[in-house]
Amino acid sequence: MKAPLIKISNLRKTYGQFTALHGIDLEIAQGEVLCVVGPSGSGKSTLIRCINHLEAFEDGSEITVDGIPVRPGPDLDQVRAEVGMVFQSFNLFPHMTVLRNVMLAPIRVRKMSEADAEKRARDLLEKVGISVQADKYPAQLSGGQQQRVAIARALAMEPRVLLFDEPTSALDPEMVGEVLDVMKKLAGTGVTMVVVTHEMGFARQVADRVLFMDGGAIIEAGTPTEIFDAPKEERTRNFLHAVLDH
Amino acid sequence: MDLFSTFFNIPVLMQSLPQLMNGLLVTIGIGATSIIAGLIGGLFLAVLRLYAGPVVTALVRGYIDVFRSIPLLVLLIIVYYALPFVGVRLSPFFSAVTALTLVSAAYTAEIFRAGIEAIPKGQFEASAALGLSNRYIMTDVILPQAIRIVIPPLTNNCINVLKDTALASVVAMPDLLKQATQAQALAANPTPLIGAAVIYLILLLPMVRYVAHLEKRFSRGRS
Repeated sequence: MKAPLIKISNLRKTYGQFTALHGIDLEIAQGEVLCVVGPSGSGKSTLIRCINHLEAFEDGSEITVDGIPVRPGPDLDQVRAEVGMVFQSFNLFPHMTVLRNVMLAPIRVRKMSEADAEKRARDLLEKVGISVQADKYPAQLSGGQQQRVAIARALAMEPRVLLFDEPTSALDPEMVGEVLDVMKKLAGTGVTMVVVTHEMGFARQVADRVLFMDGGAIIEAGTPTEIFDAPKEERTRNFLHAVLDH
Repeated sequence: MDLFSTFFNIPVLMQSLPQLMNGLLVTIGIGATSIIAGLIGGLFLAVLRLYAGPVVTALVRGYIDVFRSIPLLVLLIIVYYALPFVGVRLSPFFSAVTALTLVSAAYTAEIFRAGIEAIPKGQFEASAALGLSNRYIMTDVILPQAIRIVIPPLTNNCINVLKDTALASVVAMPDLLKQATQAQALAANPTPLIGAAVIYLILLLPMVRYVAHLEKRFSRGRS
């Protein structure tokens, strides 16, 4: 196993009385594709939102990305530049064209020239199959197209890690495939991916490791075969039974 | 003397028109200066109120509450007649601009705050996740969207500021109203006042219509 790119130790997160994460320990290797599955409210989204500090976490918790501690302060933008994120609700910038959405961060954060940023953006849009729509606004695109733009936008920063927070949950069923296809292609490129998903087929096919979470804790982790074909824990079995057999 | 030659006396109007036009320029000068200064001040206050520490936030909230409560005429008279006692002597123009700007900034701050708060959380998160600094999150992502939302209420505020410039006449500012009252005294005929009223309407009615149009368009949902 390669050196861990992300180290999480004793990650705790509470909302008032409610504990969302009970001291998570997790290492994610460079180039690993990790899928996080579990019922709603199990803390899986909270977990990945802590990695780029969209959620603040409790004192005593520690996360490092490529050795840089994740905490408020001057280092945080640097961590975020290396950690791309794709959201359930796309969150494209509605007042910018698709092309501008993808160009913005490389220009502002990487200080790239307009011309270089545009070239990179057009290449990426080509890769995710949106090049024809480059000059349209997000609202003119379908959900699946918008999510592919969001992936291109994250990729434009050439991040070390890509976080996906239920990227297909807000999509009409017929558009899920086109987004998953893009993600499958990405998984083959060696970028580290952490994917919170309800798409068990995707997890089984693409993940190097699957994490099952429930009640703010990691219940079980293993290869897709281990988790899906021979789950050890009762809760994992119940969850998979509920999700897969209907 | 019949009603028409009393209120709509054309020779008197023609005679006072140059004076009224000078007054209009002064009114627009005071209004435009106060509107621009108020916009800048208000945006600054709104961002402070939302993102500064608790002490600054409390101070800004205090400022906003005070200047939204105080009658503009009272403020103007304090600036012009009371401040000289502590050695601050402002010209009528700057007295009017100061009073108008202080109040306009308070209203504008609330308008901008509401606009910024109306932007979905996901926009902040997506731009933060890309590594954009707070400054770029504001200037590139949040404000361009917030400004669209706040254009109707901001235009409303501009209308109010332009109307309130008439108060400057009480500190001897030769604005449109002041010129009209002087012309009226000179001609012993109220026609210049009617003329001034019509000029105010010509200036402001289109803006009122524009706001109504914008509000209708926005309520229909954005494209």
